[in-house]
Amino acid sequence: MATEAATTQAPGVEAPAQVTMRLWRGDESGGEFRDYTVPAQEGEVVLDVVHRIQADHAPDLAVRWNCKAGKCGSCSAEVNGQPRLMCMTRMSTLPAGEPVTVSPMRAFPVMRDLVTDVSYNFAVARRIPTFRPGPKEPDGTYRMAQVDIDRVQEFHKCIECFLCQNVCHVIRDHEENKEHYAGPRFFVRLAELEMHPLDTLDRRELISRELGIGLCNITKCCTEVCPESIHITDNAIIPLKERVVDARYDPVAWLGRKIRRRPSPTPAGVAAAGTPAAASGERIVVEPRAAGQ
Amino acid sequence: MAEHETHVVDVLIIGAGGAGMRAAVESSAMGLKTALVCKSLLGKAHTVMAEGGVAAALGNVWPEDNWKVHFRDTMRGGKMLNNWRMAQLHAQESPDRVLELEEWGALFDRTPDGRILQRDFGGHRYARLAHVGDRTGLELIRTLQHRAVSVGINVYMECKIVRLLAGADGAVNGAVGFWRESGKFVVFGAKSVIIASGGVGKTWQYTSNSWESTGDGQALALWAGADMIDMECVQFHPTGMVWPPSARGLLVTEGVRGDGGVLKNREGERFMFRYIPEFYAKETADSIEEADQWYENKDFRRPPELLPRDEVARAINSEVKAGRGSPHGGIFLDIASRRSAEYIRRRLPSMYHQFKELADVDITTDAMEIGPTCHYIMGGIRVEADTAATTVAGLFAAGEAAGGMHGANRLGGNSLSDLLVFGRRAGQYAAEHALGTAGEVVIDEGQVAAVTGEALSFFDHEGGENPYTVHQELQETMQSLVGIIRTEAELDEALGRLDELDERASTLHVEGHRQFNPGWHLALDVQSMLAVARCTTLGAIERRESRGGHTRDDYPAPDPELAKVNMVTRLAGGRVAVVREPLPEMPDELKTLFEEDH
Repeated sequence: MATEAATTQAPGVEAPAQVTMRLWRGDESGGEFRDYTVPAQEGEVVLDVVHRIQADHAPDLAVRWNCKAGKCGSCSAEVNGQPRLMCMTRMSTLPAGEPVTVSPMRAFPVMRDLVTDVSYNFAVARRIPTFRPGPKEPDGTYRMAQVDIDRVQEFHKCIECFLCQNVCHVIRDHEENKEHYAGPRFFVRLAELEMHPLDTLDRRELISRELGIGLCNITKCCTEVCPESIHITDNAIIPLKERVVDARYDPVAWLGRKIRRRPSPTPAGVAAAGTPAAASGERIVVEPRAAGQ
Repeated sequence: MAEHETHVVDVLIIGAGGAGMRAAVESSAMGLKTALVCKSLLGKAHTVMAEGGVAAALGNVWPEDNWKVHFRDTMRGGKMLNNWRMAQLHAQESPDRVLELEEWGALFDRTPDGRILQRDFGGHRYARLAHVGDRTGLELIRTLQHRAVSVGINVYMECKIVRLLAGADGAVNGAVGFWRESGKFVVFGAKSVIIASGGVGKTWQYTSNSWESTGDGQALALWAGADMIDMECVQFHPTGMVWPPSARGLLVTEGVRGDGGVLKNREGERFMFRYIPEFYAKETADSIEEADQWYENKDFRRPPELLPRDEVARAINSEVKAGRGSPHGGIFLDIASRRSAEYIRRRLPSMYHQFKELADVDITTDAMEIGPTCHYIMGGIRVEADTAATTVAGLFAAGEAAGGMHGANRLGGNSLSDLLVFGRRAGQYAAEHALGTAGEVVIDEGQVAAVTGEALSFFDHEGGENPYTVHQELQETMQSLVGIIRTEAELDEALGRLDELDERASTLHVEGHRQFNPGWHLALDVQSMLAVARCTTLGAIERRESRGGHTRDDYPAPDPELAKVNMVTRLAGGRVAVVREPLPEMPDELKTLFEEDH
């Protein structure tokens, strides 16, 4: 293990408290943990210390971040083995006097250092047919009661940090499942569409056959790591599982639950819209669909 | 020459925040091949941090509201320096843009009769902001993201654009960038290019902005020969976090004040009553009794805590300077003593979370410590109001990167609506321009080689400085010399320091290799920030008055003559120069909306 101690200290000044960060450095071909020891500062979060190491000792240390306020979900990593947002993990909450280990999310391929290739998530997103509302009120607006959208608004809190995807056993330990499994983030997305009071599409076939909701065995790991405290398992996944089961036996139950105000037939062509497009280029995450989509 | 891949499209959009995505949706809907490029992953743009809401005169809460009232509020908030036509289009079209989001799946909070609820914000006469708790930006960006994905737009993520390219006729016809992941270069050829890359906050030390806000788009346009206007008009949002140090600058939404929060100094005084400017005296409550009735009854005048942001930021600055600040150098924002814990948690969930997690403060029981933070630039790339066209053929701009809409000060909530209204217009007119441009896009490989060579040169500058050091010094310079209160002597000193920093930035040394190397990315971002900082400083020197977000200690009053001019910065002979040019004149029928003021 390499060590890059960084202890510049003015003579005669008492040494400030130090903190050691054990950061994973490397790329897809392999890597190692390296220790960086820097002065501790009041009130810092893990991302602050990582930034100071970047500025003073390792300018090429790769890390994703944007808002540093827990709103964008970019700085996901594993801090002392726990999936966390680095910007919302205060140093004072970690054991004092021990190195703080920061490693990239394990369920995704490493690109460099703490940055992983999360393109799987964007590929899944493309397979989900988007919102399709019914007709408007005569005054050209939509009416919805707050009580009918509270649950869906919970799902809209998702910041796409992908920590839930990272801890989901179905894909964390089984890369091969990614092809036919959407993962908790996208079950939340599907739940928000299915429970949107205005939506008219039926995605149950897609959810059960192509996006693999049956593979989830409700261990609630996703719920535990969600920085937005979305009740992923209880409020999104379990209701989706129930709907899919209901559908197998009783299509009328779905219709009754789905449509509050005006029943309308399921539009044709939905299943086709949900199929994946041809394999995309490495960085082009969103390919154009066929004309007319 | 460095190797590169090439993509040719009709419309290239730089920036995938609200404006860029809305532009992409429009241009794509018109059948054009559209490419959307962003520095981060899709959905992470700074728009995601917008909290309070999107301003639109829907009239759901107050039927008296309409576009004329919104237009008037916007112009007065901007201290009449706004491009009147942009302010008009914005006020007229923002309700449709909000309703359209709902059609695409957005779920705004509701009124009791099931319509979109609207909330109070500073400078808005009526409760006007459609919102989702205090995470409206997330709702907006996610809705547009799903829309963009469903209509099939090419999104190029984690790609930094370094320079625009010009065709033989001088029109912009593409751009050169690189993939952050691999460091490899990529060239986009396009008949139209839209800049929608957001703000410049990272040029200052304390900012609410994310790392991406480095003025890339403004610099790209400037280097391509476009005009910038009023770059001195920078908004310091009155309420940013001040403690802990690492969270300093993080935004505390204006929604806290809209929902009843008040500002207090260390003596517990609601000091804003001492800072009501003449310009707003007629519409501002001058007693606590009157102010507190306004939330429920708009016949009363509004509380001074809800004056426009520039006024509140200056007042906070004065209180702290006078020694009446909070322990960590801010003042107190108190909603705990005024609203129930349940109300606060429901209306302001992410503020509750942010203070709890980062500062160990429970905002339902304790006051927040807050102070001004660099938040937004009103100035930007000069555009034609209706078409979003810049002064360079083939180049368009929208959102925060464009100037004019907000004049000298932006009202809260007017940014998200600006993104939607002018994002759509930029998409439409860039598409029309592309449709009207005959022939193939011809890339000048000589220009490409020059750009890639320069970008790679930072790896070779042995002995050159660390980009992080130069960035920090730039931030300190702008914070201390071109901050919330300015003087000519300090601005002149800032120009001297910018000269020196320019010199040092040209020989920055980057360690390591090209693959996902933040040091290299910063070395290039610093070039953009320096260009923007110069425009701001030059404009600030030339605008010898105080107006909106631009406050001169040596010229504390507004100057009616300077109300009639934009400070235009542009490249002249390789250097940035500033000139005064007249504002477009408002037609008489709109002027009558302001007559009651005189």
